Amino acid sequence: MESASIAHPHDLPHEEHHGPPAAHHSSRVHPQVLGVLLFIVSEAMLFGSFFTAMFFIRVVANTPFPPEPFEFPVTVAALNTAVLVSSSGTMHYALHSIKHNNRFGMQLGLVATFFLGLTFLCTQVNEYFKAGFAIHDGAWASAFYGLTGLHGLHVFVGLTLLAIMATRAFRGHFGPKTEDHMGVEMAGIYWHFVDVMWIIVFLTVYIL
Amino acid sequence: MINPLRSEQEAFRFTLIVAVLVAPIVLAAIIWDSGVALGVAGGLVVGLLFAFLIRREDRRPRRVDLRRRDTGDGTARILVVANETLTGAALRREIEQRCQGKDAEIRVVTPALNTRLKTWASDEDGARSAAAERLEKILSTLERDGLSAEGEIGDGDPVQAMEDELRKFPADEVIISTHPVGRSNWLERGVIERARERFEIPVTHVVVDLEREAGGAVT
Repeated sequence: MESASIAHPHDLPHEEHHGPPAAHHSSRVHPQVLGVLLFIVSEAMLFGSFFTAMFFIRVVANTPFPPEPFEFPVTVAALNTAVLVSSSGTMHYALHSIKHNNRFGMQLGLVATFFLGLTFLCTQVNEYFKAGFAIHDGAWASAFYGLTGLHGLHVFVGLTLLAIMATRAFRGHFGPKTEDHMGVEMAGIYWHFVDVMWIIVFLTVYIL
Repeated sequence: MINPLRSEQEAFRFTLIVAVLVAPIVLAAIIWDSGVALGVAGGLVVGLLFAFLIRREDRRPRRVDLRRRDTGDGTARILVVANETLTGAALRREIEQRCQGKDAEIRVVTPALNTRLKTWASDEDGARSAAAERLEKILSTLERDGLSAEGEIGDGDPVQAMEDELRKFPADEVIISTHPVGRSNWLERGVIERARERFEIPVTHVVVDLEREAGGAVT
């Protein structure tokens, strides 16, 4: 009598490849960087749709932005902008430090960036409570809260990334070689994107 | 063109540029009103566009000063730049004609042609391996014909690939091989004119009609 046997996965020779083939990627750009860039492109489109809605309300529908007697807190937003731009500097310092094997500098930079980002977010939430208008007060208010809120959510995501990176930094992760600090690099690119987006939000919502 | 946001450092630089550009608009809004700020923003956009156009204009006639090294050994040094037409008989004839009766050093450059999207994403491995394959073919054909040649894969922009190579290889002449008019992307992009504008050494254009050559081979 013939008997059929099924090889157990553990019995297979080690050289045999299991699962899908290895992903192809360019040797000139890290897949992580490309992934973050594509993600940022999609995020820019998302912000673009919110900007379009705001400009439609302001320009096409010709709605005052904000209508009397409401006012946007421009001074607080300007200070918040300064805080966020500074946080880009500290983020860059963190990455510059780890590239030069300065672990303390990286930890300091990441923690400083985190707290500057947190300051920005708390100030924005505080601004919402004192604004004197709610999201249901009109299309202009929806546009304001939609756009600044969307940005706030991105800051929150950035803070989560920064918290993870800072924790890893204090646990001895990351090194001066490019492939050893990719996490900080990715978080940095994302953080600068959030920063640039805020500058545009500040300019279009509060200034122009 | 390369992706300007390839690293955190470049993203940081971009952030600073945006901040610096926005600062005068914000100042105008604080000192005067948002109407003036809008004017400043418009002025900045126009100024940036103007600067961009001027830079492009400046770039066009850029002439590269490549000091020709006279080796004095009577050897003809030829740089051949081609891609799909590398295997064409017309190009081979042109090279052989120049090498008749004298020593010659031939350097072949194959630009790693890529799509704009892949160039932007730095995904050029496929383009480089395709270029390497074509280069391998022409080098073995030339060797079979008794001509010794060396080859390199160059930048995706053919003129840039020439410039890169000319900095290392003191060529007396450049031969650029393309498809005929109407089928050649290089001719459409003015590669021959740009090369003649940029380099002082003679640039010869060879047209290779691969379709006709293939037809001739059959009949």
